[in-house]
Amino acid sequence: MNTYQCPDCAYIYEEEKGAEHEGYPAGTTWPDIPEDFPCPECFVREKPDFIKVEN
Amino acid sequence: MNTKVESFGSMTQLDASEANNASRKRNSAWILSKRYWYWMSFLMPAIPLLSGYLAIESGQGVWLWFTVAFLYGLLPIMDVIFGTDESNPSDDLVETLKGQRYYVYIMYLATFMHWASLVGMAYIVSQYDWSWFSILGGAISAGIMNGVGLVTGHEMGHKVNDRAQANCSKLVLACSGYGHFSIEHNKGHHKDVATPEDPASSRMGESIYKFVQREIPGAFRRAWSLEAARLNRLGKSEWSMGNEIIQSMSITVAAYTLMLAYFGPVMVPFLFIAAAYGWWQLTCANYVEHYGLLRQKNEDGRYERCQPHHSWNSNHKASNLVLLHLQRHSDHHAHPTRPYQVLRDYTDVPSLPSGYPWMFALSMIPAAWYSVMDQKVVDWAGADMNKVNIDPENREAIFSRYHRPIVADDAA
Repeated sequence: MNTYQCPDCAYIYEEEKGAEHEGYPAGTTWPDIPEDFPCPECFVREKPDFIKVEN
Repeated sequence: MNTKVESFGSMTQLDASEANNASRKRNSAWILSKRYWYWMSFLMPAIPLLSGYLAIESGQGVWLWFTVAFLYGLLPIMDVIFGTDESNPSDDLVETLKGQRYYVYIMYLATFMHWASLVGMAYIVSQYDWSWFSILGGAISAGIMNGVGLVTGHEMGHKVNDRAQANCSKLVLACSGYGHFSIEHNKGHHKDVATPEDPASSRMGESIYKFVQREIPGAFRRAWSLEAARLNRLGKSEWSMGNEIIQSMSITVAAYTLMLAYFGPVMVPFLFIAAAYGWWQLTCANYVEHYGLLRQKNEDGRYERCQPHHSWNSNHKASNLVLLHLQRHSDHHAHPTRPYQVLRDYTDVPSLPSGYPWMFALSMIPAAWYSVMDQKVVDWAGADMNKVNIDPENREAIFSRYHRPIVADDAA
């Protein structure tokens, strides 16, 4: 499972957890997240801005 | 002789570094002392109640207008007297302050006080014999506090992943029935700010009275469609209690119904005016915060990121302390989740000549607003009006009056 970080507010998207409140259930993989997905915490950065966190 | 000079030189350095240390200490001491000044957030809602008490005791209904005088008179005067606040927390201090729950509890207390203030004023106007003029003053005063409540709701509404703060935000926004604010603001305004697409960013040449007709319906439509999209992703209907707009609105409907039942029909105009004036305060804030400023488009068709120069700032001490540093607006847009106690002032950002209270008053007189602000927008854009967010109806007039882009010598 991969993780991606918002470059602004340090929110981390974990595929394992998803973003339930925003309607992306646990297990939603990054490719299934739409391109216009905003950071669910600061909302000013979008999917293309996110940085993959290397494990 | 040489030795003397050297020692004199190093003494000066020592003095300078001591002076630096002392100024850093003073800076930190001031920033730490603000923890008490922020009490204004929960003390201010007591002002309408205090004015109501004075009105009852003296039998002079005009006291019910006191909060209006406080906002548009006393606060601007205090801004002039106390001037600007040059202090910024150091990185160490930011780390210390940003997670302290103390600053959150202040807002919880403020939320309680906003409801107490609204219900208290409703009681005062309904249970005594006042002229319609005094009731109007009481309603507008309650509306001003509703507007201040939106500032608290705004701050907590940004902490979307702290459910307690997010819920408390819904509660305080419910005072004026602006429950759609957090969704509209976080997901809508912050994304589209300083673009023609944003109903909550004003355009040059657009009066506040024209702006409000675009802002209020546009903001509601945007909030509703964003919330509907979220609920649809969750497989729920937008007409369910999962809808956060409906959650907050339900509190408003319940509270307003109770007040109508207990305090009688005067609540109809009172609550309408108080809510509307709360909304109007937000309109004023949206109007002054990004007037004329425009983000450029990148080659890929996306707008450039919101930069510090895309917000108007005011660094006035008094109004910043009562508005949770909202006027340090560039930093807020750069870091929307940064808590109020650590917001920073930037140098070289667009600056308003006064704090919000006075700018709000100015915005209501369009001719005065244009005379103060239009030239500032022109200067900001280097007189290249293609870089300005302009009201389409006034585009030609504004271009012929102000468009004088500086052409580089080698290009000429």
